Amino acid sequence: MLNRLTDTLDFHGQALSLRSERQRLIASNIANADTPGYVARDMNFSQALKEATGLQASAGMVATRPGHIATAGGARAEANLEYAVASQTNLDRNTVDMDRERANFADNAVRFEATLRFINSNVRTMIDAIKGQ
Amino acid sequence: MSLFQVFNVTGSAISAQSQRLNVVASNLANADTVAGPDGAAYKARQVTFQAELMGQMGDAASTGVKVSTITEDQTPGRRVHDPNHPSADADGYVTYSNVNPVEEMVNMISASRSYQNNIEVMNTAKSLLLKTIQMGQG
Repeated sequence: MLNRLTDTLDFHGQALSLRSERQRLIASNIANADTPGYVARDMNFSQALKEATGLQASAGMVATRPGHIATAGGARAEANLEYAVASQTNLDRNTVDMDRERANFADNAVRFEATLRFINSNVRTMIDAIKGQ
Repeated sequence: MSLFQVFNVTGSAISAQSQRLNVVASNLANADTVAGPDGAAYKARQVTFQAELMGQMGDAASTGVKVSTITEDQTPGRRVHDPNHPSADADGYVTYSNVNPVEEMVNMISASRSYQNNIEVMNTAKSLLLKTIQMGQG
């Protein structure tokens, strides 16, 4: 019964930590906009969310034998990192496209806040249900 | 919470960009320096950036910046014929530094834009974190 109450909250929690992972990734790209040879990266968000919520098996490393080091569970971006393709060629082989990164950053920030609001309204609904008023 | 890593990443970028700005400032300040008696004038300097992994266990998702080297431009300085100049050599030539002011101005604008970008990233991360702190209250 209780996990039916908190299932949505769990889902949004995973989404929130994935959003913060992506925010960090884009911040790294923006920070390295002038680094020669840096290759911009981004993550496949829907894929990562499916894996984090258990809808799909992880494409990352799996511990199959007792001696293996277990990979960290939960919402992680590493397995889904992909390389961005440069929109314009650059002499120093840097593939950061500042316009794209800024747009992604703003987009991700808005979606992060949206997830926060989902969580907040979820909590409010739950508290209302508990109070019964 | 991986959002906290954003501060480390952009912080490293800001300090790298400010070092670049510093080098530009010293280049511009020495744009008209003449060679001393040893004949060696000021040489323009350039910073080189390098990506640096910052997360735990070399997590590729947070990559900061560091200044790896500062190189001196080895092109010969500008030579001007001015026999009356106190620093003129035996042939009457004065050697100035090899700083190109136009190049330095472009470098300065680029550095200050990147600096602003990183500050904005930091501000956004801060406001997101502040909203996360208030989660479940409103």
